[in-house]
Amino acid sequence: LSSFTFPFTRESGVPLSSVLPRMLTVYPQTKSYFAHWKDLSPGSPPVRKHGITIMGGVYDAVSKVDDLVGGLLTLSELHAFMLRIDPVNFKILSHCMLVVLSMLFPEDFTPQVHLAVDKFLALLALALAEKYR
Amino acid sequence: MVEWTDQERTLIANIFANLDYEDIVKPDVSCHHSLCLRCLIVYPWTQRYFGGFGNLYNADAIMNNPMISAHGVKILHGLDRAVKNMDDIKNAYATLSELHSEKLHVDPDNFRLLSDCLSIVIASKMGYDFTPDLQAAWQKFLTVVVFALGRQYH
Repeated sequence: LSSFTFPFTRESGVPLSSVLPRMLTVYPQTKSYFAHWKDLSPGSPPVRKHGITIMGGVYDAVSKVDDLVGGLLTLSELHAFMLRIDPVNFKILSHCMLVVLSMLFPEDFTPQVHLAVDKFLALLALALAEKYR
Repeated sequence: MVEWTDQERTLIANIFANLDYEDIVKPDVSCHHSLCLRCLIVYPWTQRYFGGFGNLYNADAIMNNPMISAHGVKILHGLDRAVKNMDDIKNAYATLSELHSEKLHVDPDNFRLLSDCLSIVIASKMGYDFTPDLQAAWQKFLTVVVFALGRQYH
């Protein structure tokens, strides 16, 4: 587990904030959740800021890896009752995170690291969807 | 019929022009750009289709398995067919789809897993050149391919 936390600790969060704008471009259907922002272009400030918020949440979850469901309880409630994001989008965002990680760390993002991060993100998504029903 | 903009056609053609199939499947000691059927490692249940391919015991075995590398090249050449027939991928893939359904009995969800791994390997090779616009065109192409491959299943 410690081998895959390094991309998150080494990363200042700024390049990883590009994950959200990338997702909005590659999977335009995800823009439906952000209709309250007029500007959804990649350079848009609210989009970049929100990208940092999300990646901060993912980084936090790394420290809760031994009890994701318990650790993410309030976030799950937020996504279930307030944001009401279809959980299929967690998979889409996870894929975009993996793409950006492999771009940023081509040498270190080995198949084994890929496996570990993918597994972690899948469990994170499950924990986030815990309160949906 | 899928509509492709000129920009999308150019972007996708560029990816293939810069792709060295042999390079992308062989294990590289200094870095791990290789496709090496990466999905066999990341999604181990996909190994079920490769019983006759020798040693798949661990990640190293998979990465150094020549039969797996050769198969990776075969799959990439299969994608060639889609690029050459972008305006009718559905029909270009009809026999391939039947093959995967009737003979190989591959669960179509595996096409999506492989295409995700392929995107990640290409991203690691291209770095910042794998822009969101490029990824969008590429993702659209892969979605069409995956759909066409699954079309003849019944």
